[in-house]
Amino acid sequence: MKIIVCIKQVPDTKNVRLDPATNTLKREGVESMVNPFDLYAVETALRLKDQFGGTVTALTMGPPQAESALREMVEYGVDETALLSDRAFAGADTWATSYTLAKGVKKLGGFDLIVCGKQAVDGDTAQVGPGLAEQLDIPYVCFVRRLIEVDPQARRMVVERLMDDGGDVVETPLPALITVVKEINEPRVPSLRGKMKAKKIAVPVYGLQDLAADPDRVGLAGSPTQVVRIFAPQPRGTRAKLDGRPEEQAERLIEALKKDKVLTIGAE
Amino acid sequence: MDYFLTEDQLMIQDLARQIAEEKVLPVRAELDEKEEFPRDLMKHFAEADLFRLNIPEAYDGMGLGGFEQALAVEQVSRVCCGVACTYAASGLGAYPLVLFGSEDQKKKYLPQIAAGKLGAFALTESTAGSDAGGIQTRAVLEGDEYVLNGTKQWITNAGEAEIYSVIALTDPSRGPRGASFFIVEKGDPGFSFGKREKKMGIRCSATGELIFNNCRLPADRLISKEGLGFIIAMRTFDKSRPGVGAQAVGLAQGALEAAVEYARTRVQFGHPIISFQAIQHMLADMAASVEAARALVYAAARFIDSGAKEVSKVSAMAKVFPSDVAMKVTTDAVQIFGGSGYMRDYPVEKMMRDAKILQIYEGTNQIQRNVIGQELHKEFGRRSRKK
Amino acid sequence: MSLFIDSDLCTACGACVEACPFGAVEIIDQVAQANEKCNFCGACVEACPVEAITIDKKEAKADDGYQGVWVFAEQRRGSLAGVSFELLGEGRRLADKLGVSLSAVLFGHRVREEAVRLFAYGADRVYLADDPSLEAFTDDQYGGLLTALIREHRPEIVLCGATSLGRSFFPKVANALNTGLTADCTGLDIRDSDRLLLQTRPAFGGNIMAAILCPNRRPQMATVRPKVMRPGPCREGRTGELVEVEPSRPGLVPKTRFIEFIEDLSEKVHLADADIIVAGGRGLGSAKGFDLLRELAELLGGALGASRGAVDAEWISYAHQVGQTGKTVSPKLYIACGISGAVQHLVGMQSADVIVAVNNDPGAPIFDVADYGLVGDLYEIIPAVINQLQR
Repeated sequence: MKIIVCIKQVPDTKNVRLDPATNTLKREGVESMVNPFDLYAVETALRLKDQFGGTVTALTMGPPQAESALREMVEYGVDETALLSDRAFAGADTWATSYTLAKGVKKLGGFDLIVCGKQAVDGDTAQVGPGLAEQLDIPYVCFVRRLIEVDPQARRMVVERLMDDGGDVVETPLPALITVVKEINEPRVPSLRGKMKAKKIAVPVYGLQDLAADPDRVGLAGSPTQVVRIFAPQPRGTRAKLDGRPEEQAERLIEALKKDKVLTIGAE
Repeated sequence: MDYFLTEDQLMIQDLARQIAEEKVLPVRAELDEKEEFPRDLMKHFAEADLFRLNIPEAYDGMGLGGFEQALAVEQVSRVCCGVACTYAASGLGAYPLVLFGSEDQKKKYLPQIAAGKLGAFALTESTAGSDAGGIQTRAVLEGDEYVLNGTKQWITNAGEAEIYSVIALTDPSRGPRGASFFIVEKGDPGFSFGKREKKMGIRCSATGELIFNNCRLPADRLISKEGLGFIIAMRTFDKSRPGVGAQAVGLAQGALEAAVEYARTRVQFGHPIISFQAIQHMLADMAASVEAARALVYAAARFIDSGAKEVSKVSAMAKVFPSDVAMKVTTDAVQIFGGSGYMRDYPVEKMMRDAKILQIYEGTNQIQRNVIGQELHKEFGRRSRKK
Repeated sequence: MSLFIDSDLCTACGACVEACPFGAVEIIDQVAQANEKCNFCGACVEACPVEAITIDKKEAKADDGYQGVWVFAEQRRGSLAGVSFELLGEGRRLADKLGVSLSAVLFGHRVREEAVRLFAYGADRVYLADDPSLEAFTDDQYGGLLTALIREHRPEIVLCGATSLGRSFFPKVANALNTGLTADCTGLDIRDSDRLLLQTRPAFGGNIMAAILCPNRRPQMATVRPKVMRPGPCREGRTGELVEVEPSRPGLVPKTRFIEFIEDLSEKVHLADADIIVAGGRGLGSAKGFDLLRELAELLGGALGASRGAVDAEWISYAHQVGQTGKTVSPKLYIACGISGAVQHLVGMQSADVIVAVNNDPGAPIFDVADYGLVGDLYEIIPAVINQLQR
């Protein structure tokens, strides 16, 4: 099977702190990491490769430093990489990103399956996966929690999609795109041989010209949505401390919640 | 302190550390509590190629040395000594094959071990602890088979490993030249496992009996020649002792870090306790001894990897000193944690329980001191003869 | 668009550097400069004490002929989801401000009665496609049909709930229409100056709120976080125009096929619908802690949530995970037990109305966002709460 995995390098939110004086993020010293959901996408692709043979290619759109994210995926067993990078791609919203990635996918040639993580933890939109599928005019299923049946020969796949109240079992023909949630598997660890390969591998970089992309549809210029203002959220939490013995704490809590009208029992 | 590791060595260290922190750390307390063998973790180690380090390249290994192995063991031990022990013991089981195995034996077994099939090393018996010569397990040649009878005690990875290096008496009349090593596989007829021990520490590690009851082995399971058993064992230990040292260094490092972290946040008398000299001096001594232990282990491992001939003294030093350090450092760590250190909610009591075995197994620290003393005697004897 | 910093006015005070959420501003040779990370958000413009920074925005060109506010009314297995009423409430407010009509779109099978309820909650018009082929949700069917409808009727705004269903198929529609989509909005408004939909959503893990516009494309689309907006009043007897929609279209050939639904029977109340959530983290110490929390949750008629730590420790399944890599919830009451309050968890629950934290570590960050903080042993406090509620 020829599988493409789309990944994204994001700021490591573990270390992100809010500056209390200005209510903005302190970004010095914030490291980058591979979007956590993408590791599950890579693992999904690698397991299919283990089962059916073929290749796994990691694809990303980002600044030049995103190359390190691609190399990291080679450590896990990904065979090839591609970086879509160009000043023109900067400032892209999910639409422009989907367009650019679609161009990248076309550049890579044929594929049986594209796997994406459910969403990126910096944007939190979960829109690029479906957007990419739409640009490529292929079927897709989001939030896949389980692969039930994969038949590359018959060109079909049955998966379970995580919904709010349970799971939908859906069948899709191949080629298709899926986005995955963490439940789907446990990512493997990198290997030493993978690390050695990652050091040596050349990461191809494709820019606007290489992809023959329309400059009006990439980056900020190609983004229908724009951020026009950033502001601090309402500071929350009245931070009332309820002290005392456990029984006293419990009593005071129930009192307070009844007054706030959020308790639905015992309020009568 | 920077030990000027090569890029490849740093890569091994980083990977071992990553796996230890991502996969071992979340489960170490539970594995210890339940005395559960870390089967899934060993799978991850195999995926990561960590069982390939000191297997020669010709047999799917990476052809690296005891030093690289020590680097990996140290990182794992920093998080959990029990898991590190399980991992390291597999390498121990492989050594007789690596050092003395025939081409056919190496081709058959080493790739399996490199891929993650666990190994084990079996010497200890109820009559043979420090007195290795006291073994009674017999191996008798009958036609083209060896028949083994006897019981091994306290073997790490018993029941979980697939490939066992077992020493047995082939000729009791020849004393030190009467023992031989055999490769025994799980499933060999007449080979079974006895009870699993309940231990003070390294509780996730499987320690148990190997029972040989007319266990029949094809003759080609003999490693090298009859009579070389104790030589093979000694050479194996020479190679493996720095690995135990590395376990100790890692364990002590983990305890030190936990103690510093705790001392910085625990407030008493209006100050974090790390601001009190008594605590600072304890931490200082702990840190200095951990660094000294590390430097000794690294230097010894490199020396042994260089192919030097006379390594017993240095190898023994690289086991005895760090393991004593680990016992002291983990005990001090519990002390620094105070009452919390005694509670199972905190990691240091486990570290203290884990540390004890390092002073006992793979040659007790008393035996190590014997070895060092005897080597000093021999060394100085040679020198005076030269004059 | 371009950003201009007047070097004569600039005092190199650095306020802009600190205000920029993207790290795009630096002081070089005593003058502020923006680099390629600049997103033209304007935070620096506001922050500059000497007004040295200006952003030149292109004139917004609204597309003529697009009119009306649409909401996609989600139904699952025959009944309308709660978010549909919230959308109608919000949609009504926006439509009234614009002076246009509010329509609801409903796809399903045997959902005609539900269509009628949509009028009661504020819809002037309901586009109904009732057909066996639409009984189960598939992205191609729903997405393809909605796209066609939007092309046919040209609404200026289309909203949908940010549920699994909404977040799955709405991006397909937006993409097919070449228009922008803002995900998981917590606030919507109409900008008086140009009648544009101002969409507010959390960004960077919820530490920042971003206000977003879609000035040049139509329709303006957004998914809305459930349980944040208020449902409109229900006016029994209110009616409107029911438009029957042809469920198929030439060229609309569904490729994916729904096979079956596997219900999550382990919980009576699901996280997404819950008004009350009792959540547990690593502080529980073991899986048994969730037995205690389940008791409280059932007593309150709420759902069970968990931090990533508890899920990774395999004390409870991933479906209960709240946070950055789990679910985002917005209940009336969120009780966090043994949860330290790492940023990644807060992202998923800080829009709850009331947050209660129970933890034996007084320094746990969760206490910074909690309305009520109880420092102590949850194994003493929670049973005490259960006890008192049972009386």
